[in-house]
Amino acid sequence: MNPKYRRLFITIFIVLTLGLATKLILMALEDNIVYFYTPNDLIEKFGDTQNIQNKIRIGGLVLENSIKKVDKKTIFIITDKKKEVKVVFDGSLPDLFREGQGIVAEGMFKNNNFIASEVLAKHDENYMPPEVAEALKKNNVWKGDAD
Amino acid sequence: MFDWLANPNRFNRISEKMQPCILLIAIITLISGLYFGLFDSPKDYQQGDAVRIMYVHVPSAWLASFLYFSLAISCVFYLVWKHPLADLISSAIAPIGALFSALTLVTGSLWGKPMWGTWWVWDARLTSMLVLFFFYLGYILLSNAFERKIDGSKTASVLAIVGLINLPIVKFSVDWWHTLHQPASIIKIGGPSIDDKMLLPLILMIFALSFFSLYMIILNVKTKLIEKKCEALLLKANLEEISKAG
Repeated sequence: MNPKYRRLFITIFIVLTLGLATKLILMALEDNIVYFYTPNDLIEKFGDTQNIQNKIRIGGLVLENSIKKVDKKTIFIITDKKKEVKVVFDGSLPDLFREGQGIVAEGMFKNNNFIASEVLAKHDENYMPPEVAEALKKNNVWKGDAD
Repeated sequence: MFDWLANPNRFNRISEKMQPCILLIAIITLISGLYFGLFDSPKDYQQGDAVRIMYVHVPSAWLASFLYFSLAISCVFYLVWKHPLADLISSAIAPIGALFSALTLVTGSLWGKPMWGTWWVWDARLTSMLVLFFFYLGYILLSNAFERKIDGSKTASVLAIVGLINLPIVKFSVDWWHTLHQPASIIKIGGPSIDDKMLLPLILMIFALSFFSLYMIILNVKTKLIEKKCEALLLKANLEEISKAG
C-alpha cells in the first residue's frame, strides 16, 4: 500500500480508537462529570435522601410561592416538576435568584432538609428583550424558565 | 491538488491579493458588530446589560473550537502528506486559537460572576474548554521543545490530532451532562432561541473575529515563510564561507 494512505489509515484508526476509549472513560466517570442532580435523579439513584451522606449539588427550579425568610435563612423548594427538595440556605443569593428560576444548590442533607452552603443561578438558552418576554407571558405562550 | 495549493510562492501571490479584502471585511463587521452589540441591541429580559458579554464570548468560543479543528486537520496533512507548509499553517493557527480560548474563559468568568454567582465551576463545559486551551498550549510548547524542529512538529502534530477528541466533548457537554452552563442557543434543533435583534450583532461579531483570525493566520504564515527563507540564505552563506576557507 502507498505509504501516504497507510499513514492516513493509521491516523484515522488511532483517532477512532482513542475516541472510543474516551467515550468509555467518560461513561464510567458519569457520576463525577454531572454537575448536579435533579431531585428526581436523586430518588432514582439513592432511593431516599437519608442515604446521602456526602456533599452534593441539586439543580432545578425554585418552586413558585415557596421562598420564605426565617431569621437570616432563606428557605425554598427546588423542583424538577416530578420531585421536590426543601432547601435551607444561609448566605447571599445571586441576583437571578427568584421563583421559577433554575438554580443549583450545593450542600448536604440533614433530616430531609437540604442545607445549602452555596446557591448558584442557572439561566437558560432563551435570549429576548424584556418587552418580548412580557408579551409572551401576556399571551400565555410562555414556556417557563427551562431546566 | 494539494501540491498546487501548497506551493509557497503561489500562496504568497494569492494571499497578497486577498489580505486587504479580508482586513476590510474584518474591520467593517467588527465596527458594526460592536456598535449593534454595545449600543443598538436590547437588554435581555433576565440578564439585563450583562448579555452583551455574549457578543465576544460566543464568537471567541466558536473560533477557539473551529481553529482547533483546522489546526488538527492541518496536522493530519502534515503527518500524512509530509508537506512543510501544512506544519507552518498549524503553527500559525495555534497562537490565535490559544488567544481565543483564553478570551472565552476570561469573558465566561466575567459573565459567570454576575449571572451564576461564581467565577468558575468544574462543570463539563467549562472544564472541557479549559482542556482545549491546554491542548493549544501543549501544541505550542511541544513543537518548540525539540532540538530538531522536525521532531517537535511531528510530536506536536500527534498531540493536536489526539486533542481532536475533545472537540465533540466541548460542543455536546451541555447536552450529555447536567451543567451549570446553558445548552446551545443558536445551533440546535428547532432553530435559534435568541431574539433576532441579538442574533444580528452576534453573527456580525462571528464574521469579524473569523476574518480577523484569517488575516492573522495568513500574516503568521508569511512571516514564517520569510523566516525559513532567511534561515536557508544564512545556511547557504555559511556553507560558502566554509568552502572558501577550506
